Amino acid sequence: MSNQRVYLKGNEAVAYGALEAGLNAYFAYPITPSSEIPETLAKEFGNKKYPEYKFFLQAASELEAINMVLGAASGGARAMTATSSPGFSLKQEGLSYAAGMELPCLIVDICRAGPGLGNLGPEQSDYFQSTKGGGHGNYRLIVLAPASVQEMALFPRIGFDLSFKYRNPALILGDSFIGQLKEDVEFPDFKPPAHEVASWAATGAKGRAPHILNSLELDLQKHYKHIGNIFEKYKRIEENEVLREEYLTEDAETIIVAFGIGARVAKGVVNNQRRKGVKVGLFRPITLWPFPKKQLRKLASEGKRFLDVELNTGQMLEDVKLAVGDGVTVDFLGRWGGLVPTEAEIERKLQKLEVVAA
Amino acid sequence: MSRTVLKVKQGKLQSLTDNPTHYCAGCEHGTLTRLIASAMDELDIRERTVMIDSVGCSVLAYNYLNCDHIVAAHGRAPAVATGLKRVRPELMIFTVQGDGDAASIGLLELIYAAQRGTPITVFLVNNAIYGMTGGQMAPTTLTGQVTTTTPYGRDALLTGTELDASRILSGIEGAAYVKRASLVLTEIEGERGSVYTIRNLLDAKRSVENAFRVQALGGFAFVELLSTCSVNWKLPVLEAKRYVRDHMIKKFPLGLYRDKIGVEKK
Repeated sequence: MSNQRVYLKGNEAVAYGALEAGLNAYFAYPITPSSEIPETLAKEFGNKKYPEYKFFLQAASELEAINMVLGAASGGARAMTATSSPGFSLKQEGLSYAAGMELPCLIVDICRAGPGLGNLGPEQSDYFQSTKGGGHGNYRLIVLAPASVQEMALFPRIGFDLSFKYRNPALILGDSFIGQLKEDVEFPDFKPPAHEVASWAATGAKGRAPHILNSLELDLQKHYKHIGNIFEKYKRIEENEVLREEYLTEDAETIIVAFGIGARVAKGVVNNQRRKGVKVGLFRPITLWPFPKKQLRKLASEGKRFLDVELNTGQMLEDVKLAVGDGVTVDFLGRWGGLVPTEAEIERKLQKLEVVAA
Repeated sequence: MSRTVLKVKQGKLQSLTDNPTHYCAGCEHGTLTRLIASAMDELDIRERTVMIDSVGCSVLAYNYLNCDHIVAAHGRAPAVATGLKRVRPELMIFTVQGDGDAASIGLLELIYAAQRGTPITVFLVNNAIYGMTGGQMAPTTLTGQVTTTTPYGRDALLTGTELDASRILSGIEGAAYVKRASLVLTEIEGERGSVYTIRNLLDAKRSVENAFRVQALGGFAFVELLSTCSVNWKLPVLEAKRYVRDHMIKKFPLGLYRDKIGVEKK
């Protein structure tokens, strides 16, 4: 598939992207609107083009699937599972353990509307659950938010790489729209980096002391230290791994902050307004955690105002406000329930805020 | 009358560490730890064995068994074992789970690991109670048995009767080996005092070894091991052992429930 253009759904692209990133094992549980991911990976299982792809299994539950991921990851494998919001809630147990055990793995959440069963339309309402830990205990996931099918195809490379580099679970947070959207994509040649696992993986204690992969530490002082060390690691991630896109922000007076499909719509608004001479820009966090707070704060210090646009009732909004600090105007436009904000809606909001003339 | 000598390797077992165990007096978890270590030594598998420690009294086994360990969430050990086995098929992988872990919160994980014929070994310690959490009702708690959450005795009309994991698994095609044994010494009372027979323990030892052999032959192996929990049963150690002989074994009959490969005949 390398170096040729293919026409794929986002869900298919993230599946092929994982294969190109050297996926070893996939553990599946079907849920709409993410099921093309396991379907694609079931179809490609055994394809000699992907010699590193050793195992596919459909589990009996979301919990079983994420715990199978933990088992495979414990053996040093590049392991992955995908789900959608109600299933993502069930993954939290496993993710908490994986973070505590410092296991690398890749999860995809194709976010749909919630709470509960909600509906199958796109939402970004798993933002809190994704970026604030989600399960019990002190931890973070590395969260990548693709805004195109092309990024769905490439982000598994980044996800696996960061996940192994820092021994922490990584998440690709998409939404129903990005998952179902069909676009041309390319897979540039890529050789998955060899990740060092021999020093920690459970591979049999031959000629070495046993490896114990564990989140349990009954000694309070030792546990304090262990979690402290994990958060030192998180500081390094925040320092070095922030990804964001800035589009015409330099001279912009108003900056729309949005991620994923919301940023895609907002970019259209920026283009429309620029043609009319209105100085609007787009700031798109690509890593939702680590959140690009320094970059946002810098823009705020230059006197810009912000409009946060999300497919939820205002979740990233809290991080935007924290990043820019007091005294900076941050307005909000949200669409939820499975609805995507339209360019016209965002433009009406800009009129209301008197950023653009009515 | 024939005499049976329990063959336990002399000297220090490679598969056991020097750490003292945390188990309560009279508990059979230590016995099982020893039997597993002995089997790992005898089959020479220590260096390629990974134990999945589960939540409950077996969770600290990583301090006692000298092999790689992964500590799973409550009930999820067979799923973790499945994931590891499929990417590292050369490994011998086993779990030690309690009845609360394997027969309650983790019943799905147990059944599906068996149903797929996953080549792993599951040891279920059935002591009819949640031990680590302080003696609450387990799915295996006997009808009428007093626990902290059945202070007036287990009411079968409300909570059902004892769940029999071995019988459930015996009906699953994918399970190659299903065996119920007992880790508890059996008292034989005589006019001039009591003697204790280790017959059940010998059978438990063979079952533990067979469960690894079945995995090596590519099958799913399950051994349920009856045990006491004198602390949470609130019985003196010897009375707890009598409780197994007089009550528990009647509800949970020992024996071979399934042996597709015929490992017990080999």
